[in-house]
Amino acid sequence: MSLPNPAELLPQMAAALTQHLNNRQIGAPRFIGIRTGGVWVAQALLEALGNQEPLGILDVSFYRDDFTQNGLHPQVRPSELPFEIEGQHLVLIDDVLMSGRTIRAALNELFDYGRPASVTLVCLLDLNARELPIRPDVVGATLSLAADQRVKLSGPAPLTLELQTLANRE
Amino acid sequence: MTPIDAKRPLQLNDQGQLRHFLSLDGLPRELLTEILDTADSFLEVGARAVKKVPLLRGKTVCNVFFENSTRTRTTFELAAQRLSADVITLNVSTSSTSKGETLFDTLRNLEAMAADIFVVRHADSGAAHFIAEHVCPNLAIINGGDGRHAHPTQGMLDMLTIRRHKGGFEKLSVAIVGDILHSRVARSNMLALKTLGCPDIRVIAPKTLLPVGIEQYGVTVYSDLAAGLKDVDVVIMLRLQRERMTGGLLPSEGEFYRLFGLTEERLKLAKPDALVMHPGPINRGVEIESAVADGPQSVILNQVTYGIAVRMAVLSMAMSGQNAQRQLNQDNTEEHN
Repeated sequence: MSLPNPAELLPQMAAALTQHLNNRQIGAPRFIGIRTGGVWVAQALLEALGNQEPLGILDVSFYRDDFTQNGLHPQVRPSELPFEIEGQHLVLIDDVLMSGRTIRAALNELFDYGRPASVTLVCLLDLNARELPIRPDVVGATLSLAADQRVKLSGPAPLTLELQTLANRE
Repeated sequence: MTPIDAKRPLQLNDQGQLRHFLSLDGLPRELLTEILDTADSFLEVGARAVKKVPLLRGKTVCNVFFENSTRTRTTFELAAQRLSADVITLNVSTSSTSKGETLFDTLRNLEAMAADIFVVRHADSGAAHFIAEHVCPNLAIINGGDGRHAHPTQGMLDMLTIRRHKGGFEKLSVAIVGDILHSRVARSNMLALKTLGCPDIRVIAPKTLLPVGIEQYGVTVYSDLAAGLKDVDVVIMLRLQRERMTGGLLPSEGEFYRLFGLTEERLKLAKPDALVMHPGPINRGVEIESAVADGPQSVILNQVTYGIAVRMAVLSMAMSGQNAQRQLNQDNTEEHN
């Protein structure tokens, strides 16, 4: 299976996001990327939109639901949100939407900062593997993988997608 | 006294992650750096409107204090609460042990209440080690200060203070001043500074307040405050622990202050931007002048704030290491069946 080139997905994602925001009459949303891949996608998207707004960065390590199994991510860094969350329209950006658990964690973290007016979800890829009722408002591409396959995004420039096969445990 | 710790691997799980936090002795530099990095992230949580993350939700942290403490106890409580854990604090000095219950029985009872983490403070050196090794090996044991031995979270919060204000350790001169003999903080600080690569660690104290074999920590000993303070980047003052003094170690507090008290005048011998630190509680006019404690170079209250973040880091890392070990043990049993 061939994976799409992120650079080719970004212009249509930018167009779709503009359309989505216009439909809802959202004028000046705040942009937030989820560390690490989501931040790269967010930067590229802001560039495609010609938008100079400061980008918020969210590290959801403290909010993950797999802490008891996987422990704390060793490279957890502070979230950086250079604006208020309370009452704002937010655009939340991640690279790959799989189970939806990262987005669940991100929403929980955002609500600890305040009550946003709305959250729009943008993902580069949707892998059709949702375990929670969370779906993107704007998506670059949708594809289905075999159970032992994962997609990895490299960046920040150029953004490239790579297919990985999980090694068996035994 | 020997700085070599025979029980070193006890603190780590099979993957080298922290599972107890008993002493800084034998912990690798990478692990200390990981604690500081994680604490940096938690510091940001403390600045939010909602100062809470759900990492330890559903876990129970039990503060077992066999010795009095205000700062350490309350910051451990806050740290556990900010991680969403349930917290109970027991001042054992005022409870069951006075009815004749042994340390062992008290702790086994708490374990039966399904606690996940014990934070232990005890007047005897090695108490936390003993508990981690013999009483509750499957709980994460955090040393909140044991006798004269170690106070590792204080050591790490001092390191976080230094790193946040000075950027690193590689080019620093750090002086530790005062009652080294009775100070577990001094021991933890000397170990941490050494591990993190501080090239010039000075210890300034009267001979009667120095432990035998202090040189083994790789420090330079000064008995003259003026000589020791010259051009240092950081001054860590220690409290004079009168309550632990048994013999005539000092002529008088006034004499100590005259020779070893940090005054504005003496602070001028250090670098102009030198930090003044103190683990608290401070004795104004005994080891430090009020004008210095409240002065622009003092970071004594920052230390308290950083202490919460460091304790959050240690609690979550030890819980995570203990979980990982349980998983490993389970996998091994399954393989054998």
